[in-house]
Amino acid sequence: MTAVRSVLVVGASAAGLTTAEALRRKGFTGTLTLLGAERELPYDRPPLSKQVLSGAWEPERAQLRSTQALAALDAEFVLGDPAVGFDADSREVTTASGRTLTADAVVIATGVTARTLPDQRGVRGTHVVRNLEDAAALRADLLSARRVVVIGDGVLGAETAATARQMGLDVTLVGPQAAPMTEQLGPLVAGHLADLHLRNGVELRGGVLLDALHTQGGAVTGLRLSDGTELEADVVVTAVGCVPATDWLGNSGLNLDNGVVCDAHCRAAPGVWAVGDVARWHHQGLGRPVRLENRTNASEQGLVVAADILGNGKPYLPVPYFWTDQFDVKLQVHGIASPVAQAEVVEGDPVDGRFVVRLEGPLGPECVLGWNMPKQARVQRADLVDYYTRPRQPVTP
Amino acid sequence: MKITVEEEKCCGAGQCVLIAPEVFDQRDDDGIVILLDAAPAEDQHEQVREAAAVCPAACIHLDDNA
Repeated sequence: MTAVRSVLVVGASAAGLTTAEALRRKGFTGTLTLLGAERELPYDRPPLSKQVLSGAWEPERAQLRSTQALAALDAEFVLGDPAVGFDADSREVTTASGRTLTADAVVIATGVTARTLPDQRGVRGTHVVRNLEDAAALRADLLSARRVVVIGDGVLGAETAATARQMGLDVTLVGPQAAPMTEQLGPLVAGHLADLHLRNGVELRGGVLLDALHTQGGAVTGLRLSDGTELEADVVVTAVGCVPATDWLGNSGLNLDNGVVCDAHCRAAPGVWAVGDVARWHHQGLGRPVRLENRTNASEQGLVVAADILGNGKPYLPVPYFWTDQFDVKLQVHGIASPVAQAEVVEGDPVDGRFVVRLEGPLGPECVLGWNMPKQARVQRADLVDYYTRPRQPVTP
Repeated sequence: MKITVEEEKCCGAGQCVLIAPEVFDQRDDDGIVILLDAAPAEDQHEQVREAAAVCPAACIHLDDNA
């Protein structure tokens, strides 16, 4: 492979920035450009539904790097100009403002966009939480609201409900699962999470979906659930998942299937890589394609992609990891909780509010969850490494 | 190299400990980062840089001029 002299990173959030920084750290001296859809300098998203929403942090504090650190990167930041088109053969990116950018290596790091419900478009008082602007708008509405309903019982929905409750609002958390985050935690730990929300005064409505929003004068006033329940609300937050931001890649020639499809090295095409929430790469340890929407993956994958661009790549084999902070609980999740895994408390005790749970699957331990035991969970993670890093053949059902 | 950590930003992931166990540890009670060596020897620098890069809370700061 001829030496790469220029790199264009499309997406200026955690994954794109980490890739760019890693390139420089590993000695890349060529031209480096980051193209970002948003106007803000790169910022971190996990605080949006917690510290930024609650007001504990000024939004600036979520900035990922200081202005000096960004300047030291010696990269050109083209911000506030979304990519709108790409050709994988010529590696040409076109932007909303009409720019055409190209490079020897293009890294796709455009992340995901929040799904919205058809009903909520243009309705005042309805919100998503994906970017800084969303969090600021939601915070402004929450400050004058009394009742909020959160639709969606995944990580973001549960965090948003907890934050709004801690701001003193009446909060109802609605979702299809029996307990919030059952998919990510398994039933045992999700049950403890449901108890935590109930103890703190969140009303939980599980096993239901949104049926219809009620509005008056263009503003939300409440909603009806699929079981017929009517709820009043000044604010409705939808946290019903995300979709990979691949609209701009429609005519690119890349393989798109729930993200940008990549090989084990996160390569999407010659000279084209994908990283972060948007990338669906072949995880050799699991023997299947994986796309992870979490903060740690953005950084870890960025390191691997940077190394691969510079010709020192290796297959990307992470033990997936995410954390969430809700009320007084810090929850750590190493690995992926499969629905069939058996849960066992292996350290601590739920009665004391501190414990570690291990999920055992047919091939061994698959997931370790820490409930107010971050260090202990991280130590137990060692038992998972083999499961995620030993290359295996695809499992035939 | 001089390392500083923002304890109040730390989320307790422990990624830094996995990468540079001679430089970082975690508190037993809440998992917050413990800086074992704020000015590590040269042979640790690469791991420390990687730990700072992957820290999901961006709370590890490095000063190469110190």
